[in-house]
Amino acid sequence: MLHTFVALVQDKPGVLTRVASLFRRLNINIVSLTVGESERADTSRMTIVADAPENAAHRIRASLYKLETTIDVDEVNRSEAVVRELCLIKVAAGPNQPHGLHSRSQIFELAQVFRARVVDLAPESIMLEMTGSASKIEGLLQVLRESSYTVLEVSRTGRMAMRRGHHTTRVLKALGTPGNNPSAPTENPSPSAQDLTDDEILPTEFDEE
Amino acid sequence: MSTNTNQHPTLTGSEILWATLAGEGTTTVFGYPGGAILPIYDALRKFPTIHHVLVRHEQGAAHMADGYSRASGRVGVCMATSGPGATNLVTGLATAMLDSIPIVAITGQVSSKVLGSDAFQEIDITGITLPVTKHNFLVTRAEDIAPAVREAFQIARSGRPGPVLVDITKDAQQASALFDFDAAKPHAYRPHPMLRAESSSIREAVELIQQSQRPIILAGHGIVESGAEKEVIAFAEAHQIPIASTLLGLGAIPAAHPLSLGMMGMHGESWVNNAIQQADLLLAFGMRFDDRVTGNLTKYSPNSKKIHVEIDPSEINKNVRVDVALIGDLKEVLNLLQPLLSTDNGQLTTENPTHQWLDTINQSKGTAAVRDIINLPDNGHLYAAHVINDIWHEAAAAGRLEQTIIVTDVGQHQMWEAQYFKHEAPRSLITSGGLGTMGFALPAAIGAKTACPDKDVWVIAGDGGFQMTAAELSTIVQENLAINIAVINNGFLGMVRQWQETFYDKNYSASPILSPDFVLLAAAHGIAGANVSKRSDVTPTATKARTSNQPFLINFQVEKEDGVYPMITPGSALHEMVRRPTNDPLLELPEED
Repeated sequence: MLHTFVALVQDKPGVLTRVASLFRRLNINIVSLTVGESERADTSRMTIVADAPENAAHRIRASLYKLETTIDVDEVNRSEAVVRELCLIKVAAGPNQPHGLHSRSQIFELAQVFRARVVDLAPESIMLEMTGSASKIEGLLQVLRESSYTVLEVSRTGRMAMRRGHHTTRVLKALGTPGNNPSAPTENPSPSAQDLTDDEILPTEFDEE
Repeated sequence: MSTNTNQHPTLTGSEILWATLAGEGTTTVFGYPGGAILPIYDALRKFPTIHHVLVRHEQGAAHMADGYSRASGRVGVCMATSGPGATNLVTGLATAMLDSIPIVAITGQVSSKVLGSDAFQEIDITGITLPVTKHNFLVTRAEDIAPAVREAFQIARSGRPGPVLVDITKDAQQASALFDFDAAKPHAYRPHPMLRAESSSIREAVELIQQSQRPIILAGHGIVESGAEKEVIAFAEAHQIPIASTLLGLGAIPAAHPLSLGMMGMHGESWVNNAIQQADLLLAFGMRFDDRVTGNLTKYSPNSKKIHVEIDPSEINKNVRVDVALIGDLKEVLNLLQPLLSTDNGQLTTENPTHQWLDTINQSKGTAAVRDIINLPDNGHLYAAHVINDIWHEAAAAGRLEQTIIVTDVGQHQMWEAQYFKHEAPRSLITSGGLGTMGFALPAAIGAKTACPDKDVWVIAGDGGFQMTAAELSTIVQENLAINIAVINNGFLGMVRQWQETFYDKNYSASPILSPDFVLLAAAHGIAGANVSKRSDVTPTATKARTSNQPFLINFQVEKEDGVYPMITPGSALHEMVRRPTNDPLLELPEED
């Protein structure tokens, strides 16, 4: 079954290797792994989705804790967390496509229904950006394919998860310092944030599943 | 060493390293120099409080740091150059990792400017050692050396201890920085949030203990690491609970203690394994249910409730599902548990609640005695078990038992040692349990003797394992260490041979081993020695070795095809032991002329 772990880790060279190596050693496949800066300075937050037996979750979590570079680990499930994924889809859409000149307007319509955004237009293709649960992204991809569009390229971030409601990590609670240094993180953007230009910043409002 | 106005001296990275090691209390470093660590070795002369032991192979350096730590409880330090020097440490680091031994390894690295370019003697040692260290660091700036080394010491000894490696580039060793030992102090050790015994769990544990009729304590290495020997004994005595030990738990509880049963597991005592199978409550103290102690997991102690006291949360329910997990330092948990047990319902019942259970175990102990090789009279053949038992008697008769450290290698002799040398003191047995590293004994003994020069240190090794690291004999001489070496020589890789006898139809593939004349080999190093092949010579020669104040090697020419019993074969339950046959032809061999 799929397990989703959210880990707060030090932002240092080699930390990703330590986390990944742990899964490799247990012979567990990582379905997706996202890393980016967190609300704390010099600290990244990872969301790791792994396909592992049900009883392995405790051990994975405890092993993640054991890494000296780990600050906190949480395991979340769908009902108690918001889980999102960002996806870029390039679809063939030019006069030579089966839908001909209508293809673009039909893709625009589909995008609207799925709340995807058109972020790039080229003579022969359209790029869509979509944020949502994995199943919604798969839904859009399925509709595109079943409508005989050619999906040229798909790039997905993998899942990010955040526990719902008021939540402070236990470590922060124990330290009594909620948000060590809330203003600091912007100085050192993580690679995933760098890849987005200003007008591509994630929308802040998400529709519920 | 120039001093600036801040009162903190500006030192080179190399000097900072030694100053930090000295500040952490290091007095001995086991190492081997080489190109990428030369600046560090050059600065060594400025730090006279630190003694450097030149090893003959870097694997030896790691085992020595390990033996030093196991004997003394202090953090052992080893050092090697980049590339091959660093990779040679790997087996030693893995040995320490599997047995949770705090050591710090320092390696030189090529200059940071050429990192990743396959420079001469460059290897990604932090990558290689990732799975065999508790943590590791790559340091490329002189100012980062002191904080990294101090953190390495803290990580090595805190929580569940383990080895930590610090890889320092040559340019960092050569550059200069301000040295401020106090400012380099790591943040206080913060136990993980999981690391606390829940009060509800403690209550459940109390209930289980009070309801139990047939409890047994499984005493592991964690007792020694936690320093909880007294607490465990007090706990066992208060509730009259018998104690079974893991291999690394031997010595934590004196073997002579009336509640001490002996070793459990694959080659554990029959009465211990039977007791574990019959128990209604297992109290696992600082042990991890290794496959060598559980046998077939599906049939492991089927009728017992299980309480696991453990500092590492990832060990909980890893192999054996437990009913109550008390996560934390054993000593602290026992201190929480004990008052609840004695005050609940006023007093403990005056009648010993477990006397019937203890009687049952003692009966099974008595029945086992007839199969015990140790009770057989001298029939002219020398058995390894007799040799080891006689070395124990010799030390006991001289009143040196608690001052004796036995360092074993891996194999049959290791199991016979565990069975027939009765350890009365913690840290008196040093052995590679988790990784089972052949070649461990000789270098680890050098570490132990360096840490505890006043103790009698014995190496007990097989003819196979001894040859793996025999080059360290030269280190013994250079360091003038009075280590006694007992080579249990049966001309075979004995444990391999026993498995081939049992499971591979006596096809002794690659297990017969030719050895040099070990006494001559010792003599070539300037070490005195003796050959022993008669039982009557064992004790006098052991006395001679112990009292010689010089290194001494005894080659014990023992029975070639002896077996370790009991033995639990793979897939069998703990009580399904293969026992030494009472008609073992080995035991009935006629005396030879």
